[in-house]
Amino acid sequence: MDAFTTVEAVARDSYGRLVAYLSARSRDVAGAEDALSEALQTALVVWPRDGVPEKPEAWLLATARRRLIDEARRTEVRDRHQPVVQLLVEEAMTLQPDEPFPDERLKLLFLCAHPAIDAAVRTPLMLQTVLGLDATRIASAFLVAPAAMAQRLVRAKAKIRLAGIPFVLPEPAEWPARLESVLEAIYAAYGTAWDHTLGTDPTLQGLATEAIWLGQVLVRLVPEAAEALGLLALMLHCEARRLARRDAAGDYVPLSEQSPALWSVPLMDAAEQLLARAATFRTPGRFQLEAAIQSAHVHRRFTGRTEWDAILQLYDALIGCSPTLGALVGLAAALAEASRWHEAAAVLDEIPDDAVAGYQSYWAVRAHVLAGQGNHAVAREAYTRAIGLSEDEAVRRFLQRRLSGLG
Amino acid sequence: MEYMLLFLESKEDFAARSEDPKTSPYWGAWMAYGKAMAEAGVTKGIGNALQPPDTATVVRLKDGKRLVQDGPFASAKEQLGGYMIIEVPGLDQALEWAARCPAAVRGAVEVRPVLDIGCGD
Repeated sequence: MDAFTTVEAVARDSYGRLVAYLSARSRDVAGAEDALSEALQTALVVWPRDGVPEKPEAWLLATARRRLIDEARRTEVRDRHQPVVQLLVEEAMTLQPDEPFPDERLKLLFLCAHPAIDAAVRTPLMLQTVLGLDATRIASAFLVAPAAMAQRLVRAKAKIRLAGIPFVLPEPAEWPARLESVLEAIYAAYGTAWDHTLGTDPTLQGLATEAIWLGQVLVRLVPEAAEALGLLALMLHCEARRLARRDAAGDYVPLSEQSPALWSVPLMDAAEQLLARAATFRTPGRFQLEAAIQSAHVHRRFTGRTEWDAILQLYDALIGCSPTLGALVGLAAALAEASRWHEAAAVLDEIPDDAVAGYQSYWAVRAHVLAGQGNHAVAREAYTRAIGLSEDEAVRRFLQRRLSGLG
Repeated sequence: MEYMLLFLESKEDFAARSEDPKTSPYWGAWMAYGKAMAEAGVTKGIGNALQPPDTATVVRLKDGKRLVQDGPFASAKEQLGGYMIIEVPGLDQALEWAARCPAAVRGAVEVRPVLDIGCGD
């Protein structure tokens, strides 16, 4: 991370703590955000220039307080929430100055991923409340019209307030399922970034950094949750290979053709450490298995060869506990890489047609498998379908080359 | 709902049209895009590619006088290169198809809901 993103991480970290603290007490997420969002924007301009203040939360609170007072003076009809939030800001400023600021973000994460909140808005809600991203940036990442995204976020926050969704940690019995929703929402942010912004252009990096920040926050808050460690390990392993996914000409390079020299050693090492720590809890799960698959792939950096048998075993275990479309297509791709074409085709044949009508990865793998089986005419159809569903131009070029390679 | 996708293409894209349709990535991407739309069942069979902007002529009537102008309506960097009507459940799906459009890389895709004037058929 360069200096700027470190400063930004500190600013968003403090912002999230404050929003969580204020909304836990006011039960008004929108009010807490309103009070603090301008202070965050100011921090993002001032801190990279002047340095991060010694007490970032106190700085943000003081800035937010000034704004609240100004606003109360200016507007005659006060927002009905404002006095409450203002009072809480005053209270927060008197908190023990030598102790770390109380961290309620775990409750906020659970709140955002509550079953009563529409699954499609959970990830955007987390990005906005915990990291302070604005609706326009979130809308672009999720390919939703900005006005529609803003409206969905407002509606979700109103529901939290009106329906009285509690700002508490889940009961022990509910814990695993509720944590799973939190993990899924974070992974959705990373997956969106991964699928749609393959590029090496840092401005196109999309949500990857933000998803990793959320993962790091979660791991600090629940250090004993093996699956949270697994999710962060998975994201770091993928992140380690970001640069290797493009060659000098900007063309797409599939994993099997990537040069391990381009993979980031610090990120891979960090991922391996997390995965090892997760394993000590002896509670395997979907994200640890997905991270282990990534780990097995990059083992090639030591031995020069890919351990396909190990990878296939991990896929079997993954599908046993979480038979998602992505896992099945991943298994077929791994079988194809091991030249086990017929088994790969059998896995793909099992998937119902209507589930994959718009799923680009399925058609790309299907085409590759058909080509491997020598079924060129049908492979051509599948390649065309995959090209038509691609959003990334480099991937389109890559598939077009494969298609014309069929002769 | 019905949406019109307006494909606003760049100069480079218009230039690529002269490439051999059998080998050109430009044509390959457009063929694949149209095919993927057809297979997903979202097209209504209404859509066309248009000749390049230098073939355009703009007509206005100002105070009863005919004003005929050579070239496209606006001299923007991206110019209308074609359009397609699609039928999808809502804007989210329309934006998904817009993002997959080859014109989105160097140009832009405008997504507009079709106005239902309510005259019936």
